[in-house]
Amino acid sequence: MSNDILVKAVEVTKNFGSFRALDAASLEVKKGEVCCIIGPSGSGKSTFLRCINLLERMDGGAIWVNGELIGYRRDGDHLHEISDAEISRQRRRIGMVFQRFNLFPHMTALENIIEGPVQVLNEPMAEARDRAMALLDRVGLADKAGHYPSELSGGQQQRVAIARALGMRPDLILFDEPTSALDPELVQEVLDVMKDLASSGMTMIVVTHELGFARNVANTVAFMEAGKMEEVGPASQVLSMPKSTRTAEFIKAVHN
Amino acid sequence: MVMEVSQVADQRYEIAHLKLVPKRHVGRMVAAAVVLALLAGLVRAFAMGQIEWNYVAEFLFAPAILQGLYNTLIMTFAAMALGIILGVLIAIMRISGNPVLSSIAVGYVWVFRGAPALLQLLLWFNLALIFPTIGIPGLFEFRTVDVMTPFVAAMLGLGISQGAYTSEVVRSGLLSVDSGQYEAARTIGMTQMKMLRRIVLPQAMRVMVPPIGNEVIGMVKLTSLASVIQYSEILHNAQIIYFANTRVLELLLVASFWYLVVVSVLSIGQHYIERYFGRGAKSIRATI
Repeated sequence: MSNDILVKAVEVTKNFGSFRALDAASLEVKKGEVCCIIGPSGSGKSTFLRCINLLERMDGGAIWVNGELIGYRRDGDHLHEISDAEISRQRRRIGMVFQRFNLFPHMTALENIIEGPVQVLNEPMAEARDRAMALLDRVGLADKAGHYPSELSGGQQQRVAIARALGMRPDLILFDEPTSALDPELVQEVLDVMKDLASSGMTMIVVTHELGFARNVANTVAFMEAGKMEEVGPASQVLSMPKSTRTAEFIKAVHN
Repeated sequence: MVMEVSQVADQRYEIAHLKLVPKRHVGRMVAAAVVLALLAGLVRAFAMGQIEWNYVAEFLFAPAILQGLYNTLIMTFAAMALGIILGVLIAIMRISGNPVLSSIAVGYVWVFRGAPALLQLLLWFNLALIFPTIGIPGLFEFRTVDVMTPFVAAMLGLGISQGAYTSEVVRSGLLSVDSGQYEAARTIGMTQMKMLRRIVLPQAMRVMVPPIGNEVIGMVKLTSLASVIQYSEILHNAQIIYFANTRVLELLLVASFWYLVVVSVLSIGQHYIERYFGRGAKSIRATI
């Protein structure tokens, strides 16, 4: 495996009962790259993302993050499921931003960001606090540090959620439709933070319906349909000159 | 045109200067009068009745009564602590993926919710009849009658049956926490225990505090069952006194007074605990 490949997914398969959510989906994302996954709802985009940090267990295939096999330990020609503690350790380096933010409602914005570094990474409180304040400043919410999530707008909550993911110093951040639950006027502030993050060199995999964002920010775009990676390629090519007719139809339908 | 129409019609619509006569709630007034009359009758009956109020005053702070009150509080605390510990444990076993643990949790609730608390108290107290000694063979062994004091029997009987009820409260609390919270906690690399302790239980507490507060208040009064097995809580001590001086009702009133005081104090405490665990949550009052 080449050194600059951060995420490598090979023929990932996932079934929910008799429904095949992922059908041999493969993807490579290089370090520092932004990859947008687009496609109709129910095509397996979110499931694919959730397999990367083990929120879903795949039924077939394999995923490597930073050269490390996710969820299994290879021993000769056996794959052993790793312990819960090992899974927790692997997840630390993979940030995730959810559609519905999922901030901890009983903690302030600042406490939400500090929680992981202090409780999981055992960082000293003072250091974690300083870093969290810097992160809040970076997403433009330094003045909201003491506010509870219920006192923030959707866009502000999502920016805190991004700061919370950054607090863990991740190698990679997964975004699961980060702007889909937002009022239209709040979408741009979140996309701006994500764009800023991309230009700082963060590796990002973004499930999104924002084709404009994909066009402007993504290096690669993957179009998924029926659990398969229908088309993967450079953003400009997939979005402007798709090879697959299904991709073309989808992009046309979204633009209308 | 518009002006003309309104000028023609203006007489009928000018009512702003008229005097408003509020509706008279005759029914309400009658109901209030009847209830107040009944209440007055009740107060009079108690005042005229053969209650020696000076006995009530005399025994209100009697050492035996205060000692009983202290024992009632200790038992409430001990049984409820045991109930909550068991409740959390059983609820977590119930929702765990392990089918054996989950079945044991279901069985526990089934058995201990299925028998009256008084019966369970008697069972523990009389354990020596079937197990003369208890312990782990070879390691340690005690005579059951030495271990199973009224205090221990009451604590086990009340605490274990309480655990069955509390586990259902805890379970509903755990279920009330959004699955996104579990996912967010896992995503920042939390282990199962840390997730429960830091993220899930604090949020579940908001749902759990009102019913658990209810159960604590219930337990204060349930401890009176322990009088049956000679645990000297307040009702037991009041009975001992009235067996001697025959002032039955006076001493029952003394005990009632103290139960009411304890329950009132606990209700106030519950208010503050609810406020603590409600932090960050929008007030539900605004939505009703």
